[in-house]
Amino acid sequence: MRARLDRREAVAALLAARGDLLVVAGLGSPAYDLMAAGDHDGNFYLWGGMGSAVPIALGLALARPDRPVLALTGDGEMLMGLGALATVARAAPRNLTVVVLDNGRYGETGMQESHTASGTKLAEVAKACGFRRATTIQTLKGIADLRRNLRATGGPRFATVAIVADNAPRVLPPRDGVFLKTRLRASLGLRSI
Amino acid sequence: MSRPPKDGAQSGDWPGALFAALKRAEIRHVAYVPDAGHAQVIARAIADPALIATALTTEEEGIGLLLGAWLGGQRGVLLMQSSGVGNCINALSLHANVRFPLPLLVTMRGEWAEFNPWQVPMGRATQASLELMGVSTSRADKAEDVEAVVAGALDLAFNGECATAVLLGQRLIGRKVWIK
Repeated sequence: MRARLDRREAVAALLAARGDLLVVAGLGSPAYDLMAAGDHDGNFYLWGGMGSAVPIALGLALARPDRPVLALTGDGEMLMGLGALATVARAAPRNLTVVVLDNGRYGETGMQESHTASGTKLAEVAKACGFRRATTIQTLKGIADLRRNLRATGGPRFATVAIVADNAPRVLPPRDGVFLKTRLRASLGLRSI
Repeated sequence: MSRPPKDGAQSGDWPGALFAALKRAEIRHVAYVPDAGHAQVIARAIADPALIATALTTEEEGIGLLLGAWLGGQRGVLLMQSSGVGNCINALSLHANVRFPLPLLVTMRGEWAEFNPWQVPMGRATQASLELMGVSTSRADKAEDVEAVVAGALDLAFNGECATAVLLGQRLIGRKVWIK
C-alpha cells in the first residue's frame, strides 16, 4: 500500500510562498482545498464544466508565458478530460504544471471508486501523452520538490499526488464566475470591457 | 492540370476572407479540431508566427481554452465542424457563468447535399443546440458574405463578452466527393 497524504496539508504545502503563481482548480474538493489554502486574486475556481480545468489552465499559460500556471484538480475531473493531456503535451507550454489530487474516489457524489482505484495510472498516461516530466508524489518531501519546480521553465509538468480518501470539511470558494474572471484579470492589469 | 474546385463549392476565396477577418480582429489564438472545411484557415494559422494554433482532441477543450486565454488577456477563436457542437454543450455553461468572448466558427455537415446520414442528426440540431446554451448564431451561405458575417460575430463576441457562432453552410463549402 502506497503512502497517502492529507489533501489539505499537501495543497497548503504546495502553495506556500506562491508568489505570482496562477491557479485553476477543478470543481469539488480540489476547489475547496485551494480555498482552504487561502483565497487569492490569482485563483480561478470551477463549480461546473467538469473536465475543463486543464484546458483553462492551458489557455492561461499560453496567454501568459511569463507567469507560472497550475491546474489543480482531482482524479475524477481529470478522467473526464484525459484528451486534454495530449493537447497540453502537444502545445508544450513550459510554464504549466498539472497536479491531480488522486484518492481514487468521486468525493462530491458519495466516494464512489474512480478508475484510478482499479489501476489507471494518470502519471503514466501523462507520460505517454508526451509530458516531459510526470511523477507520482507520496510524501511531503515530494510536494516540496514540486513546489520548488513550479517556477522552473521545463514544463509542462504533471504530478499525481496520492491522498487519503476522506472528506475534508467543505471550504466554499466564491461561485460568481464573473467576479472570479474580473478579479483574476484585474490582478494581471487587464480592465473590464 | 489545375485542380477543379470542390464540386458545388462557392467561387471566391472565402477562407482567405475569413482569415483576414481574424487578423483584423487581433485574434492571437486559433484553437481547432482538424476539419476539411476549415483546412485552409487552419494551415494559415499554423504558418502565421503571430498566432498560437492549438490542436484539440475534442471541441469542448476549446471552450475552456478560450476562457483561459481571456483570463490572460488574449483573444481567441474556435474552429470546428457542426458535429463538434454536440461535444461542447456542458462546457458552454462556463460561458453562461463567467461571460467571456467566445467566437465559434462552425462548418456545417448534415444539410445541403449531405451523403452521410450519420452527419444529419447533429447537423439538424446544431443551431438550436447553440441557441439553447445561449450562443448567438449567424450564418453564411455565400462566399461574398463570409467576411462581414465573421467580422460581425467577432465584434459582438469581443465587445460584449458574448458567445457567438457563425454557421458556414455546407453549400458554401461544397459537396464532399465520396466516389471518384
